[in-house]
Amino acid sequence: MWRVALSELRKLRRPTLFLGTMGAVIFFSALFSSLLFLLIDSPDGNSDRGRTVGREVLGLATGVVQGFSNVGGFLGIIALCVFAAQTAQEYTYGTLRNILVRQPGRMRVLVGKFIAMNLFALIMITLSGLISVSASILLAPRAKVSTELWFTGDGRQALLTTFINITVSVIGFGTIGMVLGLLLRSPISAISFGVLWLLIVENLLIAVKNSLQDWLPGAQLTAIASGGAQRGFSDGIEYSHALLVGGIYVAVGALVASLLFVRRDVSN
Amino acid sequence: MSNTAISVSDLSKKYGERMAVSHASFEVPLGTICGFVGPNGSGKTTTMRMLLGLITPTGGTGEILGESIEHPEKYLPRVGAMIEGPAFYPAMSGSENLKYLAELGGFPTNRVQHLLDQVGLGDRSKSKYKTYSLGMKQRLGIAAALLPDPKLLMLDEPTNGLDPEGIQEVRALLRQLANDGTSVFVSSHLLSELELISDYLVMLRKGEVVFTGKMMELMVNAQPVIIAKAAHDGDLVVLLEIAQKAGHHAVIRDGALHVEGPAQWAVEFNRAAFDAGITLSQLTPQLPNLEETFFEMTGEK
Repeated sequence: MWRVALSELRKLRRPTLFLGTMGAVIFFSALFSSLLFLLIDSPDGNSDRGRTVGREVLGLATGVVQGFSNVGGFLGIIALCVFAAQTAQEYTYGTLRNILVRQPGRMRVLVGKFIAMNLFALIMITLSGLISVSASILLAPRAKVSTELWFTGDGRQALLTTFINITVSVIGFGTIGMVLGLLLRSPISAISFGVLWLLIVENLLIAVKNSLQDWLPGAQLTAIASGGAQRGFSDGIEYSHALLVGGIYVAVGALVASLLFVRRDVSN
Repeated sequence: MSNTAISVSDLSKKYGERMAVSHASFEVPLGTICGFVGPNGSGKTTTMRMLLGLITPTGGTGEILGESIEHPEKYLPRVGAMIEGPAFYPAMSGSENLKYLAELGGFPTNRVQHLLDQVGLGDRSKSKYKTYSLGMKQRLGIAAALLPDPKLLMLDEPTNGLDPEGIQEVRALLRQLANDGTSVFVSSHLLSELELISDYLVMLRKGEVVFTGKMMELMVNAQPVIIAKAAHDGDLVVLLEIAQKAGHHAVIRDGALHVEGPAQWAVEFNRAAFDAGITLSQLTPQLPNLEETFFEMTGEK
């Protein structure tokens, strides 16, 4: 299993993939956090879906991670794409047969790949946190946001909690990506399906019937990343509900895909 | 300790109603080069995939290096394989691709450069796989198969895309490996290649084994042929009648008469032609090669 993880990291650290992904993470983390402070007085809002996060909220201990929290769902989409592509490409390149000849334990292959991709996701989240928090600290004085509470114990606690929430959410999105990769066996199909569902289909369904947001997988994982309803930025999905429903989606998907992977003939 | 590299009994694979491999039974002795031949779709790759644990047989049993094929983890660390052509990550170099597989299998990565040199890719080891020619990709596939320093090497069409020099090198490499004690199980549509290097042969037709044994046994039992050409093409019909009257099966093909019969009968045939006033421009007794025997046994053209 560790050998699989180690070899998978060799693939994940190749410059095009690693630098490309990290570049996107840096850009969007800086963008999401910057807009929060630069558009603080904009009548069109400074957060997702036109909402306004005022100086009072940003001045709380949790204000330091508001930008990081906002970018969490986006990190999930990136993770979904990376996990789906890295899994499905083994079928399109035909490399799965090489892997299984060198490591016939199929569950070991799956778990090893999962560990490696989670390490990749962890680097992504850490980098995003660094950029978001740095951008917030740099731009807060200009937006006349008080940073006094950011550097207290509560601020550090908020940072840790947000980091954990985003990590759980990103792992959830990544697992869904891996499941789609295993089921569809094509990176393009897996990514297209995943991204279209999360960014378009779910939003359409929620727009038609708002109560559906309590039961759709992407909405649950996004709610986990933002800390759930108690923080007031997730349109009412409670954190514990999101964790339970999102967890069930991820667990069932992972179970079905693992069983298929272990039992399915490798004939391409 | 078993003295067979591969041993299968009644091995079958069914997809829906179609039997891809039907009750295949054969053995490949240790330390030999065994050619695995059959027309396209005869079940060669399916059989190899079953032996490598990639697909589950519908029925039958098998052993590789003395271990049941139900437990591929017990023998695969000693097996090198290239199935259905090389498959690597296009954005990684040849060297990176091999290091990836070495780490995966727990083999020392310092063997990689030596293997790339061995297959003639030493100077292109840092180039991305997607820039390789078909022949270079094939060589990388062979290098990957050699990573575990295998006791058994299973290669599916290893000379595809190679130039004549490359084919000769692969032939020499396989012979060298066999001399060093490695068993080689190799499929190829280039039957002339297999004829040159194989000690053993397994022949498949429509999923069924039609011959298994030493190459010499197959060739010795093959019906020898006398090929005759007349100075005037019109005389071939008369020659055909002479051969048939003498009780030999004969056909006119490609401007020559092909007579099934022992080499000694050529003398008698020559005399009969002379008596009939026919001048022969060619009279050659010969054993059929593997390709002709293959076509005869598999019913293919």
